[in-house]
Amino acid sequence: MNQLINSILVLLVLTGFMLLSSSRLAACIRAIAIQGVLLGILAIVIQVGQLSVAGVLLPLSSAIVKGFVLPWLLFRAMREADTVREVEPVISYNLSIIAGTAALGVSLWLGHRLTLSNQPPSSLLVPAAFFTSLVGMIVIASRQKALTQVLGYLALENGVYAFGAAVALRLPILVELGILLDVFVGVFVMGIAIFHISREFDHIDTDKLRARTARL
Amino acid sequence: MIALLIILPAGAGIFALFIGSDRLRRILLLSTAITQTALSITAWMVPPAPALGGWLAEDALGRLIETLTSVLFLAASFYAVAYLREERRQTHSDFEEGFLFSNAREASFTACLLFFLAAMTLVAVSQQIALLWVAVEATTLASAPLIYFHRHHRSLEATWKYLLICSVGIALALLGIFFLAVAATNPDGSTIALMVPDLRANAHRLNVPWFRAAFLLLLVGFGTKMGLAPFHTWLPDAHSEAPSVASALLSGALLNCAFLGILRVQEISVAGGIAGFSDKLLLIFGLVSMGVAAAFISGQTDYKRMLAYSSVEHMGILAVGVGLGGAAVFGAVLHVINHSLTKAMLFLVAGNFLAVYRTKNSTEISGALRVLPVSGVLWLVGLFAITGSPPFGPFLSELLILKGALDHGQILVAIVYLVLLAVIMAAMAAPALAMAQGTPGAHISSPPERSLTLTIVPAMLGIAILLMGIYVPPVLTRALREAALVLG
Repeated sequence: MNQLINSILVLLVLTGFMLLSSSRLAACIRAIAIQGVLLGILAIVIQVGQLSVAGVLLPLSSAIVKGFVLPWLLFRAMREADTVREVEPVISYNLSIIAGTAALGVSLWLGHRLTLSNQPPSSLLVPAAFFTSLVGMIVIASRQKALTQVLGYLALENGVYAFGAAVALRLPILVELGILLDVFVGVFVMGIAIFHISREFDHIDTDKLRARTARL
Repeated sequence: MIALLIILPAGAGIFALFIGSDRLRRILLLSTAITQTALSITAWMVPPAPALGGWLAEDALGRLIETLTSVLFLAASFYAVAYLREERRQTHSDFEEGFLFSNAREASFTACLLFFLAAMTLVAVSQQIALLWVAVEATTLASAPLIYFHRHHRSLEATWKYLLICSVGIALALLGIFFLAVAATNPDGSTIALMVPDLRANAHRLNVPWFRAAFLLLLVGFGTKMGLAPFHTWLPDAHSEAPSVASALLSGALLNCAFLGILRVQEISVAGGIAGFSDKLLLIFGLVSMGVAAAFISGQTDYKRMLAYSSVEHMGILAVGVGLGGAAVFGAVLHVINHSLTKAMLFLVAGNFLAVYRTKNSTEISGALRVLPVSGVLWLVGLFAITGSPPFGPFLSELLILKGALDHGQILVAIVYLVLLAVIMAAMAAPALAMAQGTPGAHISSPPERSLTLTIVPAMLGIAILLMGIYVPPVLTRALREAALVLG
């Protein structure tokens, strides 16, 4: 069982690097989708032995929303925006990966330093959670495109969710659903905003367009 | 009864989406606002029973914020109806860049206003920390479309900034809540429920290092939403691009709700006798916010941005007040009310200026006292009030915070606080006075038949600010004292 958890966590870290190094938007969206599914499996596997109906249904719905519904929305937003399907980072991909490696180091150190009263099933859990959040923040800070920033936000959210799984946090179902709903509606609203951003560009002259893309 | 406070506006919001007639929808907005305010006031006389197993309950602090929110919403909804009637034209020309744009559908604007009210009410009455988080995030999502009412690229950019920055902040707050859950796990594996009363009762059993980390994350997270520097960067854009009625609600009501999120954790700190750390953080962020506001208000020519930075300043004042503890906390809670009333009024008056002068640049406006006599006077009243001049409400609360600083021997804090207040007063007075005085430009004529409501609503708020400076009713004093008690 521990091996399964560890392999999920390694995959989670790899998707983080995928997000940092991919130049294609589609690959980044897929990385986030994989993360969503991985986290759903993780949340179920972690509570083996004390499984409940809600304990399965919640991670399952989370995996469906984060692994399929949101990526579908984002793919649609990408198609409708119909801009260059490249990530266009402010910093180079090499630098992104170096930043990611540094984030991994910091996460391992933090995971080592923090003492939890109930030990998580794997010593990799807390570092992997922090790493995923940090990757999200790096992506938000270093990418120009609105869509990529949404991906960064989702990675940040995934990291926080993984931390919740790591400390075996039992939030009431209503709250879990509320959090999931907030993430879903949040990405939905951001998707609408992206649609408007792309439409807005159609009738602004190119000079302004360049000034805007730089900031959005 | 408590649940009704949330279900009523949420349900009305759903209805508003499907009502085709503008008239009917406006009646719905007004009647919801009136009923909501009536319910909130009834709650003062007949305290409602907790609902959902204690998750929703009104304490003194929550009731104050809830009532303030519904009163401001009532004012805003009357203003909004008059405003929407004037905005009915299909296209508008932008006064900065001259392009044409249209507005969002009135139905979705009204619905979002109502959803926004429901979310803010949920923040105020939520005793479960994670539920409070869900509600704060919901306020972001409900208010984002309000900022994008005028469909053009500047408001879109402001909306995007607001959505992204606040969502990131709120994600950090969620991590903070998980940290709090770790802090609330005892060595033997038993846990304390994430409810404010439970956490307060067992605050001495919390794991202190984890609690401190949780406080820091929650302060950053909710502080982003509240507009504490250096996380305030979304605030000037959003307040300047949103229609004035939405700016008034953002500044007057939403910022308080985010502040309440921080106060809930501070309550736990105080109950556990571990407030030394959180007090220091609040003081630092508060003074930094005031400093940043002073720097950006100086030389600011966009008067809506000036008001937005003034909100950053006042959020800083609130943080300082709570961080000082003792008598200053009473001042801070009182200042929540005074700031909300004053800032809401100023934004509504700014909306009137915008409609007549068609510019956000304060240097292009003069003679407001002649063109818009009532709004001009209210603008001056608001200016004096917000910069802390007697006899208005904010003077009293700012003085109480200063007194608190001196009582605690925090001389340095008191000096910095006073200097920053003076700088901001000077920086705001010059452009604001120039706008009111002088002769209006030749092309400005008194507007034809603008609705009286657009003047009456801010005038009512102006009277309230004056009253708050002269006489704070004993009922309110009692509630304020009770609220301040749990905050140290």
